[in-house]
Amino acid sequence: MPTFYTKEHEYIRIEGEEGVVGVTDYAQSQLGDVVFVELPLIGKSLTKGAESAVVESVKAASGVNAPVSGEVVDINRALEETPAMVNQDAAGAGWFFRLKLTDPAELETLMNEAAYQDYVKTFG
Amino acid sequence: MSDIQSAFAPDLARTPLDELHRSHGARMTPFAGYVMPLQYPSGIIKEHLHTRAEAGLFDASHMGQAILEGPLAARRLETLVPGDIEGLAPGRMRYTQLLDPDGHILDDLMVTRLADEGGRERLFLIVNAGAKAADFAHLAAKLPDLALTLLDKRALLALQGPKAAEVLVRRLRRAGQDLAAQDLAKMPFMSACEIDLGGVDLKISRSGYTGEDGFEISVPAAASVALAQDLLSEPEVLLIGLGARDSLRLEAGLCLCGHDIDGTTDPVEAGLAWSIPRRRREEGGFPGAEAILQAIAKGPSRRRAGFLIEGKAPAREGAQIAALDGQAIGRLTSGGFAPSLGRPIAMGYVDAAHAAIGAPVQLLAREKSIPAKVASMPFVPHRYYRGA
Repeated sequence: MPTFYTKEHEYIRIEGEEGVVGVTDYAQSQLGDVVFVELPLIGKSLTKGAESAVVESVKAASGVNAPVSGEVVDINRALEETPAMVNQDAAGAGWFFRLKLTDPAELETLMNEAAYQDYVKTFG
Repeated sequence: MSDIQSAFAPDLARTPLDELHRSHGARMTPFAGYVMPLQYPSGIIKEHLHTRAEAGLFDASHMGQAILEGPLAARRLETLVPGDIEGLAPGRMRYTQLLDPDGHILDDLMVTRLADEGGRERLFLIVNAGAKAADFAHLAAKLPDLALTLLDKRALLALQGPKAAEVLVRRLRRAGQDLAAQDLAKMPFMSACEIDLGGVDLKISRSGYTGEDGFEISVPAAASVALAQDLLSEPEVLLIGLGARDSLRLEAGLCLCGHDIDGTTDPVEAGLAWSIPRRRREEGGFPGAEAILQAIAKGPSRRRAGFLIEGKAPAREGAQIAALDGQAIGRLTSGGFAPSLGRPIAMGYVDAAHAAIGAPVQLLAREKSIPAKVASMPFVPHRYYRGA
């Protein structure tokens, strides 16, 4: 299950032809307490880089962009009641939505785990 | 995610507590020309709730402090603000606003009357960080007969929350200041005293920006870190950042200058007419008096109002307020999640005809319509200490 990362701190964990999308642990630590997540509708087609969700912390709203293109096949409804799951377990229970990839080649434009960890270090 | 920032800005000023914030793991953020702690590792919600339950320590050293003094200083300051300054007894404090010639708000400030010295009246002013340079230039230009001394070598700490008085009294007792501790315990909201604590002169007022009981302590910068560490060693006290400072003041219905009040708003529509007492209304003599007195008599055309938002999605500053028929009736000036209420709240200006408590409105945020109701403020009751 390889995971890929964007420079904007979204991740996509590949599971077969689908990927689970969320924000990274570094992102949640920078956002602070998450109080609301607006998720896309199931069935929505997303193009790589388009705003796909909005995460609201106490202080501000931040857009979450689709790491690659695809169709939304599932969303994490548990976040509607418990948005703080993004803080508690960003890479696990705090996932946002599941995407059926339309162009897996787009993954090559993203960072792998090691590259992302190096990238995060540049933020100090 | 589009807006994660790494806060590196070499030209920002730092407060005397900068190192202390960093050593407590603060996430620093630019604010009003300073780099300030946004939050500590415990997070904004925990910091907020801790302040409501125990005591929070805030660094407010970015704010401007000055002494304005001279013969008839109180009367002279009244030419620039609509508050009752002449009526302030020594040791009492008042909230007022610096107004422009149209009666719009340049800044809001706290004025404390200190003890007179040799016939000179002395006023201790605390103004907002973002406006302080302009405020002090304005005061110096308009009141050349008075002496304005900037206290830019002093820090400002705020200790806020239901345990604040207990904590401060305990620290003073431990320092052998039993008399000062007694006085402080009895001091009501909006009063102040000066204390010499082992050679360190403190100006302590019972005031704050959270809606809770608490104190604001002006302390020489060189002694500020030791005082902060001293207070933090008390089990009730947690360091609190700007994030929770904002959510606390929003719940308390208090204005953030530059957002809820600014050079386009006057004190009447801002709901601050309570700070213009009868004598000032009768005598006038402050900037924009004619317009302001007319607004008081006729009622303003728009009002600052609070909003309780239905559902979990917050609406932020700038969101349009619409009536149920879609007619635009105003705009939000502050908005966010209220940790004490577990729901989003907001404030903004709305046409007076739509400002009745309970009136349903819609807030337009990110192309969505969020239902809300006009609500009375404060959202969370004030718990000021008004005397035994």
